[in-house]
Amino acid sequence: MARMNMVQALNSALDVMMARDPDVVVFGQDVGYFGGVFRVTDGLQKKHGLSRCFDAPITEGGIVAAAVGMAAHGLRPVAEIQFADYIYPGIDQIISEAARLRYRSAGQFTAPLVVRSPYGGGIFGGQTHSQSPEALFTHVAGLKVVIPSTPYDAKGLLISAIEDDDPVVFLEPKRLYTGPFNGDRSGAVQSWASHPGGETPEGYYAVPLSQAAVVRDGADVTVLVYGTMVHVAVAAAQQAQIDAEVIDLRTLWPVDIEAITQSVQKTGRCIIVHEATLTSGFGAELAALVQEHCFYHLEAPIERVAGWDTPYPHIFEWEYFPGPTRVADAMRRAVGT
Amino acid sequence: MTNENGSAERLEPYVPQPRARPGETPDFSNLVLPAAGAAPRPQTDTKPQNMRDMAFNLIRVLDEKGQAVGPWDPKLPTERLIAGLRAMMMTRAYDERMFLAQRQGKSSFYMKCTGEEAVAVGAATALNPKDMTFPTYRQQGLLVARGYPLSEMMCQVFSNAGDPLKGRQMPVFYSSRDYGFFSISGNLATQYSQSVGWAMASAYRREAHIAAAWIGEGSTAEGDFHYALTLASVYRAPVILNIVNNQWAISTFNGIANGADTTFAARALGYGLPALRVDGNDFLAVVATTEWAAHRAHANLGATMIELVTYRAEGHSTSDDPSKYRPADEPGAWPLGDPIARLKQHLMVLGAWTEEAHASLQAEVTAEVRAAYKTAEALGVLGSEHRHSPASMFEDVYKEQPWHLRRQRQQAGV
Repeated sequence: MARMNMVQALNSALDVMMARDPDVVVFGQDVGYFGGVFRVTDGLQKKHGLSRCFDAPITEGGIVAAAVGMAAHGLRPVAEIQFADYIYPGIDQIISEAARLRYRSAGQFTAPLVVRSPYGGGIFGGQTHSQSPEALFTHVAGLKVVIPSTPYDAKGLLISAIEDDDPVVFLEPKRLYTGPFNGDRSGAVQSWASHPGGETPEGYYAVPLSQAAVVRDGADVTVLVYGTMVHVAVAAAQQAQIDAEVIDLRTLWPVDIEAITQSVQKTGRCIIVHEATLTSGFGAELAALVQEHCFYHLEAPIERVAGWDTPYPHIFEWEYFPGPTRVADAMRRAVGT
Repeated sequence: MTNENGSAERLEPYVPQPRARPGETPDFSNLVLPAAGAAPRPQTDTKPQNMRDMAFNLIRVLDEKGQAVGPWDPKLPTERLIAGLRAMMMTRAYDERMFLAQRQGKSSFYMKCTGEEAVAVGAATALNPKDMTFPTYRQQGLLVARGYPLSEMMCQVFSNAGDPLKGRQMPVFYSSRDYGFFSISGNLATQYSQSVGWAMASAYRREAHIAAAWIGEGSTAEGDFHYALTLASVYRAPVILNIVNNQWAISTFNGIANGADTTFAARALGYGLPALRVDGNDFLAVVATTEWAAHRAHANLGATMIELVTYRAEGHSTSDDPSKYRPADEPGAWPLGDPIARLKQHLMVLGAWTEEAHASLQAEVTAEVRAAYKTAEALGVLGSEHRHSPASMFEDVYKEQPWHLRRQRQQAGV
């Protein structure tokens, strides 16, 4: 077993899949010679050739559109959008085209593509390098949405996403690229080298889509979470000394409803944590699902902890970020202590 | 399938490559440089179809000796030349100081415009101060040339208590309605089509002021670029559409944004717009072409596209190391030189400038930057408590704060 950070794990997933399947092509802004602004595609052009890992013009709409065309033809394109904040010019091609192609052509044409994009804050990126737009995609019929929280999952999930026959929006928590983050910005920088999630096989393996992971067993409250906030939730449970069960969804949609139901029926309490803005965020969908599936088991109101409903403010990043204190407070309210 | 000779052929993928990568010799042999003064100057009411060649030419005024030659010489009085030189030197001194501040951990990010100072300062020299500009993040020279207080720019970079944008934007994403400088977006090219709308509104209101927009050559691949050209052409919007061709979009050479066998200016032709292609490191040529385009816009003849051929002499931002993707000595090999050095040389040829005067001006701008820095730093830097109130983060989302934001502000305890 090798030790990898999340960048290396994602790079390894692409490398493994490019070696296994000549139909896998990788493209996006700065991904070729340079290897991507976050280095995720480092070395892939040199190893797999110019036509399999190449630079794209600054045209997110064009990048996704080209991926749709390639995928419809039979390739397995993995397109990078440099920051999730820049995905919007591509959103018509994702929503109106990639997501619906199978349906509208009755299966004649499909779009087995992956759109990879770093998302989330914590790097002083201001409102154009910090957003969490996942709920825009979970709202769209026909899309799968995946967000890993460890290098191991990042590699295994990206491999599954590439092998999946439907379009996948794969959002990468950039704050976790080089190490886990418990939400305490003043604490020492953490590394994946000493985290179990950094143990990553060199070769091929898949982490199945639509399977959540219980990252912390607990009896008192279920925490539904994904991406950066997984680590914050675990830290918050320790801080509050609450026996929380932390469930890393890993695939947001289609979500692992069984894992959610099982846990909430056990604990009777549920809080939902995401970095994205609160209103109409994915937490709203999760809250509705928990209410539908677990109503008679609930002993406390479902609470959401999320980014405030403002654009991501540059200098107030840490007032905006739903850190461990806010998450711990919500846990305490849920369990009534 | 067979080719013209009747033999079977398979298709081949194609991805263009730059002429030189790290470790290779810089190569600008593809850049055809007509002599200064050689490009003709069409009348400003020339129909676009009668001046198509200008999109493939290169307008240059300053020759190698520093003399202003040919029909595009804007014949500026000496004091305006010196004002332009001063603004370019101020911009460079400002950039150097703020880049250093980022390296010292006093701001989260910075972007220089080194080597491209004439692009913004030349335009500001030709435009009326009330003309509205829609810049990218690399036209800080517009604010400097228009006399916007340096200390306020610095406060924005520091996101401190004096930041006019209340700490909300990343460094260098300035905004100043008073100085005709549209709010910078991180999302590329969006300002380009907005500038057309602004210009249409100016025409609708029968105003006297035009608009100007800038875009990097890399971002001409965005849809917004094409929306802008379509709308500007259809509605004859009084706007100047500048393309800053600085050769590099982060690590991506400009051949990825454009086929190798055409120019960026030529994109205007398909839309029926007039295009000028200009030496962007030649202050006089930038002034002259901007004046031409402004004259045309004021005469209700609509938009002009200007491609400014220049070179990004340093990294894209504080986040990248250009020697990782282009030859380290490429900036020195750039054939159009440095805009400040070239204007200085011109002033000396005119007999209006000396080395002593230049050194004295350098000392003056350095002192001004230093003084502004002192003022700004006293109002806080990244990581200090001197910043706007965290409660202000909930303001301006809407004009009136709705119930949910009031509640969230209370929950935040600010």
